[in-house]
Amino acid sequence: MDIVLIVKSIIIVTIFAVSLGIAAYETYFERVIAAFIQDRVGPDRAGPFGILQPLADGGKLFFKEDFVPTLADKWLFILGPSISMLTALMSSAVLPFGDTLNIKGQLIDVQGMDVNIGILWVFGIVSLGVYGILIGGWASNNKYSLFGAIRAASQNISYELAMGMSLLAVILVSESLSIKAIVQSQHGINWHIFHQPLGFMLFVTCALAECNRTPFDLPESENELVAGYHTEYGSMKLGLYLFSEYINMFISSAVIASLYFGGYNYPGIDVVHDFLIKQTNDVTGHNIATGIGILVFFLKTFFFIFVFIWVRWTLPRFKYDQLMNLAWKWMLPLSVANLIIEAAAELTPMPFLASWVGLGILFLAYIIFRPLFLKRKLKQNLQ
Amino acid sequence: MQYLELLKNMSLVQWAFYFLSVTTLFGALGAVMSKNTIHSVLYLVLTFFSISGIYIMLNAQFLAAVNIIVYAGAIMVLFVFAIMFLHLKGDHHGFDNTIFVSALTAVGILGVILTLAIKKAEHFRVDVNNFNPKIGLIENLGDVLYKKYLLPFELVSILFLIAMVGAVLLAKKEK
Repeated sequence: MDIVLIVKSIIIVTIFAVSLGIAAYETYFERVIAAFIQDRVGPDRAGPFGILQPLADGGKLFFKEDFVPTLADKWLFILGPSISMLTALMSSAVLPFGDTLNIKGQLIDVQGMDVNIGILWVFGIVSLGVYGILIGGWASNNKYSLFGAIRAASQNISYELAMGMSLLAVILVSESLSIKAIVQSQHGINWHIFHQPLGFMLFVTCALAECNRTPFDLPESENELVAGYHTEYGSMKLGLYLFSEYINMFISSAVIASLYFGGYNYPGIDVVHDFLIKQTNDVTGHNIATGIGILVFFLKTFFFIFVFIWVRWTLPRFKYDQLMNLAWKWMLPLSVANLIIEAAAELTPMPFLASWVGLGILFLAYIIFRPLFLKRKLKQNLQ
Repeated sequence: MQYLELLKNMSLVQWAFYFLSVTTLFGALGAVMSKNTIHSVLYLVLTFFSISGIYIMLNAQFLAAVNIIVYAGAIMVLFVFAIMFLHLKGDHHGFDNTIFVSALTAVGILGVILTLAIKKAEHFRVDVNNFNPKIGLIENLGDVLYKKYLLPFELVSILFLIAMVGAVLLAKKEK
């Protein structure tokens, strides 16, 4: 068989296994960090430091009674969690985890596939992800599940718009839809976060909302909706829902890392690459440099996973009207403004300076017009 | 036996195409025939998905992605949302005469269009050797849209804007 095919399949299987493994250990670290923030001990029974806790959880979920409510739509009830899991796992196919590996003279990307619609693929899969929740919530034939499902749908649609708009600014600057090309355009320390801090903030907020994480976890807010869309679920079907949330978290952290934090790029990547090639030979040096890049990528991803968990245990949940106001009245206009500023900055000879000047002008305009806006709102409230 | 030989000789691409065609038709039939509105919508999503697969086979990746994002991801979610929210049970009248006549007309028109399309396709057979396989990729699409068809493209976007403003106006309560 072709060596490229073999290496490629090994890479794909590894990516699959790694995303499952990371998702499993996210649950552990979520509990550890929550315990730290709330000054508790956290999981400490299964293995040293409770490190086998995900296995124990998985075992527990597997051995529970697998059951379908009488009045539920049986096939859709099963289809819901399956779709959630499927869509969560599909999006990692286009993420570049590292640069190329040199194996027997062939350069092989450390990536499932490098399609030229890369980021649109992720976006499409994410927009399909909501079907899992919608179908599951509806099929349960339970009011609270249905409310959860409807909330999830409206929230995802609302935040997808702002997400797409802030994404457009990145695509505009890097001139490609392929995530590999986007990462390559941020070579060294030329990361997009420095060009588009506003776009980055919008994107992270939208990613939180798309993953249904706190403060956007209204679909499963337990004080209003029992448990939201998975009220009727138990056993491994519930496990799939919960697990797909953690996989989504990993994927969105990886996407944020590659869109705004340069993916596998780090300052001085060329120096390290040349140094390693000089120390060893062309092939080994290149492969070790790629390995360092993969490590850097995972460090960035882990940092964002940590941010996701940190936010969850720090911020309280939004009210529903606040959520919608934030999406439609703040994030969407801001992301359009961000897109216009970045597009205009691209046309000037100094895009970096121009984008910061543009953002400064936007901020100034906000400060100047804020009193007027508030006055009008006050008048409306008085009437 | 002859058919079995045919099946054996089918290439991978042909298998993929027939699989996608069957799922498309299955989804479309399911959307029309199922009694439950939600099931109908979900079948329609399946149809969109398989049509996207066919787009990918035609090397039109951008179209496939946009089809999934816009139709399967946004419009159909809104459909499901509205159906769930309004609790539409789906009024099933069964097949009366009007439905029969309109279905017949639709099938007739579709038949005419398909025959014409097939006739035309035979006329302009694609030159396999000189065909540019990158024609469906986004770079080429953007080039054509923003250079050759700039005016229609801009007009369409203005139309969209007008439709959006109209929708907002309709949704707003009169004071």
